[in-house]
Amino acid sequence: MLKTVSLATLVAALTTTSALAQTEISWWHGMGGRNGEVINEISMKFNEAQQACHLTPLSKGTYEEALASGIAAFRSGEQPNILQVFDAGAATIMAAKGATIAAEDLIVQAGKPFNREDFIAGVRNFYADADGKFVGMPFNSSAPIMYINTEALEAAGVEAPTTWEEFEAVAPKLKEAGYIPLTASQLTWMFMENFKSRNNQQFATNNNGYDGIEGTEIIVNDDNTVMMFDKLKEWADADLFGFYGAGWADNQKPFEEGKVAFWIGSSGSFGGLQKTATMPFSAEFLPYWASLGEGTQSFIGGAALFAMAGKPAEENACTAEFFSFLTSPEIQVYWHENTGYVPITTAAYEMAKAEGWYDEKPVAEVGIQQLMLPGGEWTKGYRLGFFPQIRSIEEREFNRIFSGEVSPKDALDTIQVEANALLAKFAKTAN
Amino acid sequence: MTASPVVPSPFLRLRQWWTRPSAHPAKVAQFDRPLAPWLFVAPQLLIVAIFFYWPSVQAVTSSFYLEDPFGFGAAFVGLDNYREALSSTEYRNIAGFTALFAATVTALSLGLGLLLAVKADAVMRGAGAYKTALISVYAIAPPVVGLIGMMMFDMHIGPFTKAAALFGWEMRVGIDYRDTAVALITVAVWKQIPYNFIFFLSGLQAVPSSVREAALIDARSGWRRFRDVTLPLLAPTGFFLLVINITYALFDTFGIIDVMVKDKPANNPITLVYKVYLDGFKGNDIGGSSAQSVILMVVVAALTVAQFRLIERRVHYG
Repeated sequence: MLKTVSLATLVAALTTTSALAQTEISWWHGMGGRNGEVINEISMKFNEAQQACHLTPLSKGTYEEALASGIAAFRSGEQPNILQVFDAGAATIMAAKGATIAAEDLIVQAGKPFNREDFIAGVRNFYADADGKFVGMPFNSSAPIMYINTEALEAAGVEAPTTWEEFEAVAPKLKEAGYIPLTASQLTWMFMENFKSRNNQQFATNNNGYDGIEGTEIIVNDDNTVMMFDKLKEWADADLFGFYGAGWADNQKPFEEGKVAFWIGSSGSFGGLQKTATMPFSAEFLPYWASLGEGTQSFIGGAALFAMAGKPAEENACTAEFFSFLTSPEIQVYWHENTGYVPITTAAYEMAKAEGWYDEKPVAEVGIQQLMLPGGEWTKGYRLGFFPQIRSIEEREFNRIFSGEVSPKDALDTIQVEANALLAKFAKTAN
Repeated sequence: MTASPVVPSPFLRLRQWWTRPSAHPAKVAQFDRPLAPWLFVAPQLLIVAIFFYWPSVQAVTSSFYLEDPFGFGAAFVGLDNYREALSSTEYRNIAGFTALFAATVTALSLGLGLLLAVKADAVMRGAGAYKTALISVYAIAPPVVGLIGMMMFDMHIGPFTKAAALFGWEMRVGIDYRDTAVALITVAVWKQIPYNFIFFLSGLQAVPSSVREAALIDARSGWRRFRDVTLPLLAPTGFFLLVINITYALFDTFGIIDVMVKDKPANNPITLVYKVYLDGFKGNDIGGSSAQSVILMVVVAALTVAQFRLIERRVHYG
């Protein structure tokens, strides 16, 4: 027994020694559960696929915690090679010019092929600079979609709506059949940001913030946005919309239990929902307002990977190697099929399609199809500083709408004022 | 020149009381070399300097700057960060709730802790089991307490929510400000009662039986004996717990709040410490959150001085 143990130790020691010859790189991320496991599996695949580099992924908790840890580490010179930054934190890290190396530069310098056109349209711009150069490497991308309780549709004898007007027509029937017609998680992402994208509405001045930080102002108390929230409040008062607070899971749970007909969630929720839903479900695009247009593509949600500056050249070469590896169709398909996040390249999408993945699981295709819908002037994304704080303000005011403390118009006016004060402050900070 | 008598600091006196019974007067050690005492306190001083003074100085410094999160540049803005915090209605509302929260949690957990201790003190049979049951709650970590609280007050499955519904109270913890405040206070009090219970119980058991017996001759009413004899003797314990409980309500409830608002406070009540965390760590606004933490530091310092000046004078250390 003892001999076996010492032998194992010896083998371990030898392996470690040989590993020393490799270049070590680190990857901090904000994912847990099954998604965190898949990150570990992908890292292992990368380590097995080549000998020169060794990648170690490390979960730092939530998205916000990962960003905060990355910032703190950068300030003390201990930053990882790769940092995962979520959509709302993009402006923060991209405004800090010396903190990162643009992913596109890194890959090109390493002599790897890189073509922006390989990526599906919806993910091309969100983490790119004004010239379209990829600063962040899109990684886990998702779209807000509408999950459908098929039993509820049958019970009420209705079809799933594609527009909010159609929803208003079918909702009373679903209520009569004993279902809560609609719930939604994270109203900030669903009914603010993607109300803007799906209906091609301007979200901020300065080209949604892409053209500059100075003087950028958010636009949230315009007539159309007020209309959206007036409607939500009206639906909530008529028991057509159930709202259970700012927490994501509290709004998802009644749907999983089969009490709700439609739930607006993330395409990335699919993996988990397959295990937790107690009834059969399907999915459709996030509805849009026919009165405002034809329904354009949505913003991508999720996160991107940023190569942190201040690392030796050989480590940067490994980071570039990993970015290329990550965008290979095989890895993208593996990630897509195991998590529910969308594939980010056309090649990966075609590969999943050819494998028959979508014949088996049609819900998995909804998110990517929504991201590939025709775009509009205002659908490529937004670049707004202190955005996590702006979302907190929105969450506070949205809760006040549904607890009956303020009217939707007053709430949106407050968001407008406070968010613009934050944006002005961000402009000062970034200079 | 006559040496003035050394007045022990309040907490030193507290500690003397704490370490009772001391039949012998405290021994006074003398060091031959003047450097030796410094050597002994050096590790402690070093820890205090590294973990308290240094961050404090940093917080004060960065509260005057508007800083890029990554540390590329900082602009001196004078008192702007303070002005912004103090003039914001949001900040004032949070400060108001924090005061209410601290007062309610302290009053309720001291009151209930004392009540339980007095009752437990009288229990003869099965006292051990009774005390263990009361004290065991103290061993639960704040985030776990928050998790239990979250489940108890859950909108869909929470037993408290269901119980409230029986009385016609539709609790919507997470959406309704007041309902969430009630839930937070309940859970924070529940967590702190055992701590107060332990101290009050040991305080009660330190009341000499001769005094109790003498009181028994003087007054038949149990309440009068409690008010006139037991309570004054418990005053040092009570004062110590008052300081500790206020600190608990202001700072140590962070874990409970974070779990109960599920990382997304929205319109729910939060305390000033939580606001510092939100703006600094989630919002990456270093200057603003530093200014808030300095304000908090000043308030707590003022509160502590006031407590010792106003209340401690009335406390009689046996």
